[in-house]
Amino acid sequence: MSETDAPQVEETEQAAATPGVHAETAVLAAAQAATTATTATTVEANPLRDPRDKRLPRVAGPCVLVLFGVTGDLAKRKLLPAIYDLGNRGLLPPGFSLVGFARRDWAHEDFAQVTYEAVKEHARTPFREEVWKQLSEGIHFCPGEFNDDGAFDVLSMMLKEIDETRGTGGNYAFYLAVPPKFFPTVIEQLKRTGLAQAPDGSWRRVVIEKPFGHDLQSARELNEVTSAVFPEKSVFRIDHYLGKETVQNILALRFANTLYEPIWNRGYVDHVQITMAEDIGVGGRAGYYDGIGAARDVIQNHLLQLLALVAMEDPTSFDADSLRREKEKVLRAVKLPTDLATGTARGQYARGWQGGEPVVGYLEEQGISPDSATETYAAVRLEVANRRWAGVPFYLRTGKRLSRRMTEVAIVFQRAPHLPFSKDDTEILGQNALVIRVQPDEGITVRFGSKVPGSAMEVRDVNMDFAYGESFMESSPEAYERLLLDVLIGDPPLFPHQREVELSWMILDPIEEFWADHGKPEEYPSGTWGPASADAMLARDGRAWRRL
Amino acid sequence: MTTFNLTETTASKISSTLTRLRHQMGAPAVGMVLTLVTVVDEAGQYDALRAATDAAREHPSRILVVIKRDAAEPDRLDAEIRVGESSPGEVVLLRLYGELTGHADSVIMPLLLTDTPVVAWWPGECPEIPAKDPIGALAGRRITDARSARDGVAAITGRASSYLPGDTDFAWTRLTPWRSLLAAAFDQPVGKVVRGVVEGAAGNPSAPLLAAWLCERFDVPMEVAESGGPGLTRVRLEVEGSGELVVSRGDARLATLSRPGQPDRRVALARRPTSELLAEELRRLDPDEVYATAIRRLAAMAEQGRL
Repeated sequence: MSETDAPQVEETEQAAATPGVHAETAVLAAAQAATTATTATTVEANPLRDPRDKRLPRVAGPCVLVLFGVTGDLAKRKLLPAIYDLGNRGLLPPGFSLVGFARRDWAHEDFAQVTYEAVKEHARTPFREEVWKQLSEGIHFCPGEFNDDGAFDVLSMMLKEIDETRGTGGNYAFYLAVPPKFFPTVIEQLKRTGLAQAPDGSWRRVVIEKPFGHDLQSARELNEVTSAVFPEKSVFRIDHYLGKETVQNILALRFANTLYEPIWNRGYVDHVQITMAEDIGVGGRAGYYDGIGAARDVIQNHLLQLLALVAMEDPTSFDADSLRREKEKVLRAVKLPTDLATGTARGQYARGWQGGEPVVGYLEEQGISPDSATETYAAVRLEVANRRWAGVPFYLRTGKRLSRRMTEVAIVFQRAPHLPFSKDDTEILGQNALVIRVQPDEGITVRFGSKVPGSAMEVRDVNMDFAYGESFMESSPEAYERLLLDVLIGDPPLFPHQREVELSWMILDPIEEFWADHGKPEEYPSGTWGPASADAMLARDGRAWRRL
Repeated sequence: MTTFNLTETTASKISSTLTRLRHQMGAPAVGMVLTLVTVVDEAGQYDALRAATDAAREHPSRILVVIKRDAAEPDRLDAEIRVGESSPGEVVLLRLYGELTGHADSVIMPLLLTDTPVVAWWPGECPEIPAKDPIGALAGRRITDARSARDGVAAITGRASSYLPGDTDFAWTRLTPWRSLLAAAFDQPVGKVVRGVVEGAAGNPSAPLLAAWLCERFDVPMEVAESGGPGLTRVRLEVEGSGELVVSRGDARLATLSRPGQPDRRVALARRPTSELLAEELRRLDPDEVYATAIRRLAAMAEQGRL
């Protein structure tokens, strides 16, 4: 699965809640002790928790995860393995139960078998019999269609029964790993059966995956569907990029160090390039992708979120509210190019050679209409209109069938104002850069000039690399593990708020409208770095894309 | 994996060989985050090193293994250097002979990575006061293992008297999954605990330590009882007016959590290999204050004859 396949979620702020929910507040306080830590209250809630006790992991309370769309790719490749991995790390509560819901004539054992196979094949941590035993005891399956009232009544009964046999206390998370067109039906069913309504002392959460609409209007409509039933604080929107270790490390890099902050502004930064390149084509996602395109699929969520994290001011704390507030401020300050014709570029991959294999063009892909105007490559030049960033362009690009798979954020610095070397000595000296590599090889690269050994004073660019944790796969958690755990604990900072979703569409909608009125995307051969117009866009500014 | 043997050598020769090997392998940058010094005997060397290299996958480190050989031999330092693709860091086995066995720190000091944390680990016997040991003094974190002592319970009970911030013991690390499960059980309101019992195999130092921690947190009397093992087998906490909360584990893999008014639930609670214990220790390098309070409470309990 490509990174863009991952579904998305809605999010929620977890704490406040209906009056008289003391028990839940206490539970939450205890569960969050390890992270936030207000000593007196946590100790009172649970004498075994101590903010100084950093060995104790955050463990979710007893709950049931109800998974809609268990037969999909996302469930098999990411969600089910991530649940097992959480169990293996001791982060799932005793009694944790998993309910699958799908249009299949399965018994509990059949679903358990599907889960077993998914775990065996895709889990990150080694298979352990006792962990599987713990997990499999709580696996249930509910067959049915989304518009079948009877099936949801069965689901409701089943959950009540699980509460009794497994002690899950009425805490349910509903994970909608299904296409958005089914959201209204499923959510209406949850409302009808009363499953969306949490009794005192328990919680109900809904997790949704991208796309959150295809423009501002549809995003709002989608939100109306969920918010009519679930309060915003119970809606978790998943942007799996935010679960990645390196992305969270952007915050650590920026706000835990003194080294970067002084130069993190228009005084030193020349421009910023944010890239998400894929080497694969549209593949099995043709049905979804055609008519959506690269900008809606990737820029609207992943790239704008990365931009927000790189450009935002320091939050007053790392709780969900403060973090989102700062991200919103940046998204609000984003300014589109005045001339959309020269400030954006789009392309569509044509037949070519990618990594040594002949591949077909987008229009020849199965399920794509031969006159499709959907872009598979999109680039935009944005500015952030505030004191820190005024005049610094942020170039965002994404594309399919490019020469390699790579996601990175590059902060490119200005040239030194004066070079006390002869012009010949520094001819091949480029600009300093700090690159945050998001995937596949997660880490940080610093690029600077260094003297070439020898009697001449020749200066040339070199790279300094940092890779920690993420480079060793067996120990670094998958994004979905982190996000699932956060959902079960009820910790929302890593989930975008509806306001962020809407702000992102406000940025993208004018571009999409402009493109819709201006013909077709330019073709680019597969296996290259995109259309010539994208290079021209930077060339007009006297800059060039980093060759990745 | 490249192995390189240096006999009758010095720290500076080892250091330059390390640099040369790194350059030869085409990876001259030092991406390591800490130095792990393991003091061990020849018999325990293989297991300790295996655990350390496994842990180094999570924390790339320079691993220095100090093996003290015959003190009656002439002074001599032999080194075995391993740098390779299978392990992310570097390994140096140091074999010390003669009077040098008493001056291991003089060999270690020049080999520590510059300005990064140092962790000392004694998988077997450990000095009486780890922080005052010449090698322990170089380290910010000192890991001992009471279970390897002849009398594990006496060893862990005595730790409080030698404790200095930075000390920790595997008897404590082994408890993390138990403590985590118990803490999770109390995230839901349970009621007031009035007394409790921890059961474990005879001589298991983790059992009294867990009892001490629970005693410290709940401030109620805790007992330690012997069972057939393996390891810890059961924790029983009596809750005022509503029965008992029990975690029991007979097979060292799968535990059962029973609490008043709720169905029994099974949860994986496997004993962990040394490499995982070590990796957990290397994750946080600040003093473990909770461990300190637990061993102090344990010492107090022993003094009152309550063990």
